[in-house]
Amino acid sequence: MNAPAITMDVRRVGDTTAVVDIRGEVTAACEPVLMSAYEAAGGASTSRLVLNFGGLEYMNSGGIGMLVTLLVRANRQRQQLAAYGLSEHYREIFELTRLDEAITIYDSEESALHGVVR
Amino acid sequence: MTETAGPEKVATADEIGLSAREAAAPPHDAAQAAPYDATQAAPRDAASWARKVDRLEVGHRAGVRGTNVAGRRLTGPVQGFGKMWQKTYRMDAGPQITPEEAIATWREHFPEFWPKGNRFAGALTGINPGDVALLDLSIGGGVKLSTGVFVLYADAESFTLMTPQGHMFAGWITFSAEREGDMTTVQAQVLMRANDPLYEIAMTLGGHRKEDKFWAATLTALGRRLGLPDPRVETRSTCVDSKRQWRHSRNVWHNSMVRSVLQMISAPVTGFGRLVRGVKSRA
Repeated sequence: MNAPAITMDVRRVGDTTAVVDIRGEVTAACEPVLMSAYEAAGGASTSRLVLNFGGLEYMNSGGIGMLVTLLVRANRQRQQLAAYGLSEHYREIFELTRLDEAITIYDSEESALHGVVR
Repeated sequence: MTETAGPEKVATADEIGLSAREAAAPPHDAAQAAPYDATQAAPRDAASWARKVDRLEVGHRAGVRGTNVAGRRLTGPVQGFGKMWQKTYRMDAGPQITPEEAIATWREHFPEFWPKGNRFAGALTGINPGDVALLDLSIGGGVKLSTGVFVLYADAESFTLMTPQGHMFAGWITFSAEREGDMTTVQAQVLMRANDPLYEIAMTLGGHRKEDKFWAATLTALGRRLGLPDPRVETRSTCVDSKRQWRHSRNVWHNSMVRSVLQMISAPVTGFGRLVRGVKSRA
C-alpha cells in the first residue's frame, strides 16, 4: 500500500473539544494517520471531535469507509463527531452515503464548535 | 472468523509526527486551514463518484424480476441494524497483471464472475458511477431474492457498490487492486450491517458463511479469467462494532427476502388478475 498523502493536525479547543485539520487525500491508506490523530484528540475528556475538511484534496470510497470506522470508535466513547470545511462536492458525497446522518456538517468552525446547525 | 473489539492498535502520534496543540490555540476558519480554496477547484475524484440521489430509479432489465429497488433509498452501515462487519476477500493476481487491467476486466465482466444461480443485471456499458443494477439472488428452496445495488464510486483501480433498503445488508462493497512489490493483489472488501433483525438472524444462521463462499467463488472466477492457474482467496472477517442498532429494527418493513417470497406466492393471483382485466378491457 502506498504511503498516504495526508496530514492531520490536532488542536484542542477548550477542555472537551478537539479539532482535526485534515489536509490531503483521504483514502483507506490513511487509516493509521487518522486513528493516531483520533488517539491524540480523543482522550476521555473529549466529548466533541470536529473534523476540518477545508484542506481535503481527494477522497475515494475507501476514505468514506474509514470515516465510518472512526464514527464507531467515537460512538463507543460517547463522543460526538462534527465536520466543517466540506466543499459542495464532498458535502454531496456525505449526503449520498448518508454519513451526514451521523456526522453533523457545519459551515464554519465556529458553528461546529458550538453545535449550531446551518 | 475473528471477532474483535475494533481497530484498537494504531501508531502513536509521535510516530507520525502529530502533536496535540495547547488548549489556548485560537480557532481558525476553513480558509486559514486550507492552502488553497477547496470549494473552487474541481476535485480530481469528481468523475469517480455517483451524483447524489434520494431514491433509486431503474427501468426494466431482461432476465431478472427487478422488484424491491425502484423508489428505495440507499443504506450505508450507519443505517443498518446488526453488528458491523468488515470482511476482506483477497487474492494474489501475480506479477503479469497490472491493477488497472484487473479492475478493467472486473468492471467489464462483473456479472460473469458471479456464482451459478445468481443474476446481476447491470448497464450494458459495465460498471459506472450512478448505475443501478438489479439482482436475483438464490436463497434456497427455489426462492430468488430480488434486490439491487448502486454504483457509488468507480475509478481505474477500484469500484464500490452500495445497497438499497431491503437488501440483506446495509453498507458497501469495494473491489480494488493494488501493486505490492512486483505482485498485484485484488480484493473485495465489505463494510456492512445486516439491514434488519430478520437478516441478522439469517446472517448468524449461516448467512455469513454463504456470503464468504459467494465472494471467494467470485474472486476465483476472476482469477481464472486473469489467467491464474490456481487462484487462492484469503478471507478475513472483523467485527467492527458488536452493538446492534435497535432504532433501525423497523428496516424490516422493506425486507426484500420477505417481499420476494410474498411476490412469488402471489404471482399466479396477480397474473390471473391482469389477464381478467385485459379480457374485460378488450370486451
